[in-house]
Amino acid sequence: MSEPAVVPAPAAAKEPEKAPAPAIHIAPSPHLSGGSLTTQRMMIDVLVALAPAALMAVYNFQWYAVRQIGLCVLACVAFEALFAAMRGRKATLGDGSAAVTGVILAFSLPWSAPWYVAAIGSGVAIGLGKAAFGGLGQNIFNPAMVGRAFVMISFAGALGAGAYVAGDSALQVVTQATPLTAAKKAAGDLPDLWVLFIGTRNGSLGEVSVLACLLGGIYLCLRRTASWEIPAGMLASVAVIGGIANALSGPEPALPILKYTALQHLCSGAVVFGAFFIATDPVSSPLTPRGKALFGVGIGALAMVCRLFSNYPEGVMFAVLVMNALTPLINRWTIPVPLGGLPPAPVAKKA
Amino acid sequence: MSAVAAVVGAGDFARGVHPNDQKTFAADAAIEVLPLPAQVSLALSQHTGAPCEAAVKLRQKVAFGETVGNAKGYVSAAVHSPVAGTVSRITVATLPNGRHVSVIQIKPEGEHLTGQALFDEILGGEWPTAGLEGYTPERIVKAVQDAGLVGLGGAAFPTHVKLARNEKKPIDTLLLNGCECEPYLTADYRLMLDAPGPIVSGALLAARACGAARIGIVIEDNKPAAVEKLRAAVQGTPIEVKVVRTKYPMGGEKSLIPAALGRAVPTGGLPLDVGVVVMNVGTAAALARAVLRGKPLTHRIVSVTGAGIATPKNLLVPVGASYKDLIDCCGGLRPEAARVIAGGPMMGFALAQLDVPVTKGTSGITVLTEADVRRADETACVRCGRCVDVCPLNLVPTKMALASRHRDWDLARRYHLAACCECGCCAYVCPAAIPLVQLMRMGKAQMPKK
Repeated sequence: MSEPAVVPAPAAAKEPEKAPAPAIHIAPSPHLSGGSLTTQRMMIDVLVALAPAALMAVYNFQWYAVRQIGLCVLACVAFEALFAAMRGRKATLGDGSAAVTGVILAFSLPWSAPWYVAAIGSGVAIGLGKAAFGGLGQNIFNPAMVGRAFVMISFAGALGAGAYVAGDSALQVVTQATPLTAAKKAAGDLPDLWVLFIGTRNGSLGEVSVLACLLGGIYLCLRRTASWEIPAGMLASVAVIGGIANALSGPEPALPILKYTALQHLCSGAVVFGAFFIATDPVSSPLTPRGKALFGVGIGALAMVCRLFSNYPEGVMFAVLVMNALTPLINRWTIPVPLGGLPPAPVAKKA
Repeated sequence: MSAVAAVVGAGDFARGVHPNDQKTFAADAAIEVLPLPAQVSLALSQHTGAPCEAAVKLRQKVAFGETVGNAKGYVSAAVHSPVAGTVSRITVATLPNGRHVSVIQIKPEGEHLTGQALFDEILGGEWPTAGLEGYTPERIVKAVQDAGLVGLGGAAFPTHVKLARNEKKPIDTLLLNGCECEPYLTADYRLMLDAPGPIVSGALLAARACGAARIGIVIEDNKPAAVEKLRAAVQGTPIEVKVVRTKYPMGGEKSLIPAALGRAVPTGGLPLDVGVVVMNVGTAAALARAVLRGKPLTHRIVSVTGAGIATPKNLLVPVGASYKDLIDCCGGLRPEAARVIAGGPMMGFALAQLDVPVTKGTSGITVLTEADVRRADETACVRCGRCVDVCPLNLVPTKMALASRHRDWDLARRYHLAACCECGCCAYVCPAAIPLVQLMRMGKAQMPKK
């Protein structure tokens, strides 16, 4: 009887002397991290930065804007979950990347786009644009632009220049053609720069207000969520090419687009929206500062080629997709020289 | 002091990161002497280069400062006993960096200096800054080699190799590294405050040995007290105290030399390729002791710091003391301690067990809590390029890590994987929590040599 009582006693007596050892664990260095920065936080940054443009879209297109954004976001998130399930992966909806794709897709569509366009565009954006390549981080092309390109070609009637205009609508902005469409017609007028800047004009949902896009874009660049080199390169090349085209076109050019000054080129269409929100998608843009600048310049130049020489009024989408395809090459061309120069060439081995 | 600043760098290097320096834990704790441990374990390979050969036998009596491991080859450094006693065991231990090494265990016997007396023996007394002409370069290098001196900043490269003159590559500048850019660590800082004398003497002797005409002591601008102390201590000598920006990894040679001198060390090269020798301030102090007093490297200063330790301190400890002795001397671990790191938090190694010996390269023990350490699941790389934006060597970490992960050595070479210094800036900023440094270390180790 006494034995069981005695045995645990020494152990119990020892307890107070020896505090429980803390559980220590191991991991590779560095053991600290730079604050709360996560991929999710970056995506939230993008959504915050898109808010001014969203407000402007709702101001201009009212219920249509709300419907379009809601449809695209819901569809993108649903497709993300669906494709993740099909691939047997855990859905990573928490990172917010699908929502960002949805908002950007919605912002690049006209207000009148029917619901199935939004749904199919979202499905293609997430499915073909992202999941088919292996999910977040693996895609070659900007998913939202893949979705938009697909629906734009598939439903040319529902998304063409005519889709933006409804002469009898109660919404003031949609009674006029978009400025760039007007500029492709012989009789087009030059748009007022102030109207372009503030954004009380017709166009795709998110692109209309240069001011709203600039506000959000500068926020993104300050947060380093977007790299400033890309918008800087793109805006610079649009301005330079637009300015040269304007200077070379003479007093009475065939098309009003040639009368556009550099500033009007910058403020019309999707240039500013694209520069800050589409081209800056990190996954499909180059890694190094030099590569990013080159990428931006390329998008600006290709977009201007579309504007000046093609049948499309605008070319940011195609420009982004083409430059996305060139990104691996740009990365290869712009491998930085290490501090201290290139390492010495290996000495050839003797046979 | 010289009228014209000879150490001409802009005081900054490109890129890098700004972690919170966390020096407040132990910055105000003056150097304290560790009580004599019950046993010391002297690793026979605690430096870069060939391991030592044991010079003592089991149960042999050894005196204070007696050689217990003989250097084997030129790039190697002898090991000396920090205590008088008996060799109790010759065995194998695992160092924090994962290396399995032979160790000689000695049980101290008899009377030992402790407390202030030991501090005075190691760092106290007069340290001359003039009349050093009698010390020829050969004599200094010989004394350094005999003392088993290695770099105390962490890499533990044998110092006599660094100081030996090279006809083809003359040295014009000696830089003393007092940056201590690792967060938390304060061992060098306290040495500069508590014993500037041996640092200055050591700098003058080292410059004589390597033939450097210019000497700069480089200190980050978050240590104004150390700057002031050393500015006073170098009065009347040609040494210049250079203040540089507080930024990680300023204390890395490849960042320090551009910041202090505006020169870049060639990729794959050494500081001596640009005429520079970089030496930690602690090494300089040990060098002064070795040359002026003929004493081997047996003790060093170790910071025991962080939120997970009861009383953070800077300890003067014998090489070979157990980490556990040091932690116990600082009141032990707090219950919230989560990670014990040999060295600082940016480049140090996490310990799985505390009974490992202090080596010549041990600069600190950092104990972090769960709140300090990052515990995040790795997510997909979104190629945001932040790692590129912070790499002090202008590399592309994400590509190098990708190449390492997939063992694509062509890709790894194209992105100069071998140039990586593993400073950890990239992993520090990575939003996807990718273990970039671990992947690159693995790649560097596995990449076949051309």
